[in-house]
Amino acid sequence: MSHFLKVVAFSLLVIAFFTGFSFFGVPQIEPAPPPKEEAVERGAMTIEQFVALGKKIFDGKGACTLCHNPVGGRAPALERAGIAAVERMKDARYRGAAKSVEEYLYESLVKPSAYVVAGFGKAGTNDTESPMPDASAGSIRLSEAELRAVVAYLQDLSGVEVTVRIPTDAGATAKAQDKPAQRAPAKNAEELIAQFACTACHKIGAQAGGPIGPDLSRIGASRDAAYLRRAILEPNADVPKGFAPGVMPATYGEQLYARELEVLVAYLAALK
Amino acid sequence: MRIATGIRRALPRLALAAAVTVFLGAAALAPEAAFAAEPVAAEGAKASAFAPAPTLTTADYPQIRGFNGRIAVWLAAQLHLWFAAFVLAVPIFVFIIEAIGMGTRDERYDRLAYEFIKVSITAYSLTAILGGLLLFFLVIFYPHLFQYLAGIFRESMIWYALLFFAESAILYLYYYGWHWLQGGFAKWVHLTLGLLLNAVGTTLMFLANAWVTFMMSPAGVDAAGVFSGNTWAAIHNALWNPINIHRVVANVAFGGSIVGAYAAYRFLSATTAEQKAQYDWMGYTANFIAISALLPLPFAGYYLTAEIYAYSQQMGITLMGGIFAWLFIIQAVLIGTLFLAANYYLWCGMGRSDGAVRYNRYVKYLAAGIIVAFLVWFTPHTLILTNEELKALGGPYHKILGPLGIMPAKNIAVNAMILFTTLSFLMYRRANKIPTVSWVNAGNATQAALFTAGLLNIFFLGVYHGYFTNTVYKVASSIPQVLTTLAIIVASTVIDTLMYRGAKEVAPLHWGRVSDRSQYALFLLAVAFTWLMGLMGYIRSSLRQHWHVTNVFRDASPDAFTPTLGYAANVVSLGAIIFMALVIFVFWVSQVSARHTTAVGYWKAEPAR
Repeated sequence: MSHFLKVVAFSLLVIAFFTGFSFFGVPQIEPAPPPKEEAVERGAMTIEQFVALGKKIFDGKGACTLCHNPVGGRAPALERAGIAAVERMKDARYRGAAKSVEEYLYESLVKPSAYVVAGFGKAGTNDTESPMPDASAGSIRLSEAELRAVVAYLQDLSGVEVTVRIPTDAGATAKAQDKPAQRAPAKNAEELIAQFACTACHKIGAQAGGPIGPDLSRIGASRDAAYLRRAILEPNADVPKGFAPGVMPATYGEQLYARELEVLVAYLAALK
Repeated sequence: MRIATGIRRALPRLALAAAVTVFLGAAALAPEAAFAAEPVAAEGAKASAFAPAPTLTTADYPQIRGFNGRIAVWLAAQLHLWFAAFVLAVPIFVFIIEAIGMGTRDERYDRLAYEFIKVSITAYSLTAILGGLLLFFLVIFYPHLFQYLAGIFRESMIWYALLFFAESAILYLYYYGWHWLQGGFAKWVHLTLGLLLNAVGTTLMFLANAWVTFMMSPAGVDAAGVFSGNTWAAIHNALWNPINIHRVVANVAFGGSIVGAYAAYRFLSATTAEQKAQYDWMGYTANFIAISALLPLPFAGYYLTAEIYAYSQQMGITLMGGIFAWLFIIQAVLIGTLFLAANYYLWCGMGRSDGAVRYNRYVKYLAAGIIVAFLVWFTPHTLILTNEELKALGGPYHKILGPLGIMPAKNIAVNAMILFTTLSFLMYRRANKIPTVSWVNAGNATQAALFTAGLLNIFFLGVYHGYFTNTVYKVASSIPQVLTTLAIIVASTVIDTLMYRGAKEVAPLHWGRVSDRSQYALFLLAVAFTWLMGLMGYIRSSLRQHWHVTNVFRDASPDAFTPTLGYAANVVSLGAIIFMALVIFVFWVSQVSARHTTAVGYWKAEPAR
């Protein structure tokens, strides 16, 4: 009997040691909960928020950093993805159909084998097949809006122009009652200008306005859409002569819905 | 005694009842499964007789107060697996030992084989009962998952149940007919039964492996989980063969270690020198079996991991570089324990030989080599640090120890550990013998050169590929390293066998002349194997993360989170304690059957005829 007790005590001690080591010998990492589809409201997001959403997906649900990180070296670094896209689309090995940087980046997410960066192909395929899964399927399964957000993030990361338009009818998953009360989107540019009281500072088209900001009556004749978009989002980036910097609020990027921004830019660009 | 006998008689019936339950459960649920989720069928499913994987919510998982469904299924599955591994492994080496006995006409082997199978016979019933329990828990807590799997694997589940009857029949005939089928043709019939038993048992395991691996790497279904109707495609999924190989090898190692623990206990309890000698020999043989399977086990693990990476790089990285990376530090402790315990037992066993004194001085070098290899394996790559520590260190990687954290260093370590263990074994074999062949010096020099060149080659391959090539090629050295190790093991064993053919014995081996301490090494092996299997079961299953079936069937239960290592360790330990308690019961029952009590005065006197 004494042998029996000794053996039992010995076995329990061994088990206790293994358990203790698992608790105290290694860090207790709480694995992330199952990912959920990111809610993207119909136009209820600024482009900055959309880029930030892309970064969140890139670092989290998209599982991109598992391979695209500076340590592992399992997949190409993406800091220059937007710039490299132009060269890669001209490469003889390119088998995709993209015509722009945005299309290329989108294609690389859903058809990763369209272009495989040298040295990163599956073993034995001579860099013709990518080990990367289709991000719109499988366990990652990003929605259309999420894919677009990642593309926007990659464009922003590379320092190229963010050309992605926020999808207006995709991925609207969150229920209205779950959201805090939000401003109803404006129906057109005139309503938007009225809501934000732009004419308090600017003269816009036929509408009378104050002299605090530049006259925008024929702004489309001298400035293109990209300039106008930036002027709204980052008003202090290029302040016209004779006007004081810091007067126009720099918060419109957060206040305007993406669709509103585009409507407003198109309206201003047409004022010629 | 009557109770024990009753239990032994009742267990086979319970086993059959469990098998019937499996059969009926699969048959009853399978037809429903094909049409279960018709309302949510995907576009492509309309033309198919099979439904897509259902989209579930938390409400689809029945909750029973006081029960956690996941832990219940986890424990039942793990306990079933432990017992199944044991009862499938034992007939493999019983068959081999019986064949050796027939070849050498040494009856001791036959007795040993019988002793082994006797231990496993009661465990067989428990295996079936636990399988039934697993099935009940699955149906109760995960009904939609079971329906979905039964819809795909209904044919193989029916075959599984039928094969289980065949397995039971052959096993009982093999065991109960042992003393009946002796000598001449009858012995060949008995050996054939053993072969058949292994064939059916292995087929059973392969079928069950198909269900498990389908959940990891589904095949024969489309993106929505709609089954194509091709059962073979679903069975022959990407990870089926790698798991089959890994489990066969691991089962033998595990089974050997459990029988070793049985022999160790019988050795410690033995009251006569004969009993001590018998159980010492049994323990040695069991340990030899366990170690023989342990040596190739890391290679089977490499193959499985490589196939996981090939199937899904994301899954592979989650396994080795994600949240589970720290689990491999625990695994390193366990494997280090296994190797040290196995070697310690061999070194202690040299005490049986009068000639071992010639080799004792080498033991400390082998121990040092194994410990260094273990420490390399144990070294983590990334350190969890405070900001101050991070600043002081200049990054998350230690300048000297950091490079030891990556896989190439581990590959060198594990191959070296295996070769040191091989050396221990060769030393043990030689301990009591003096070779008589003329080419002894040449043979020794060849073996020394073989080990030296092999270790250098393993070291060079690991360092070159690991530290001077792109990450993608970092583990490219593992295959030539493995081949080097295997080549050394085979070549050195062949040379040693030839060299010691007709060798003189220093003195007869003193079976039983071994310390009690060495027997605890056998217990350590059994407990470490059990715990290791539980831990690796957790990681294999957790790799699916929040999927019942990877990428096609989402786990929406409240337990669809991956538990921390500490949480998993608690469940594994609880399971290991229950398993050990049941194993003790099995050992006790196997002893009780041999006891006879004369109940004087209890029975009425037989009437005179």
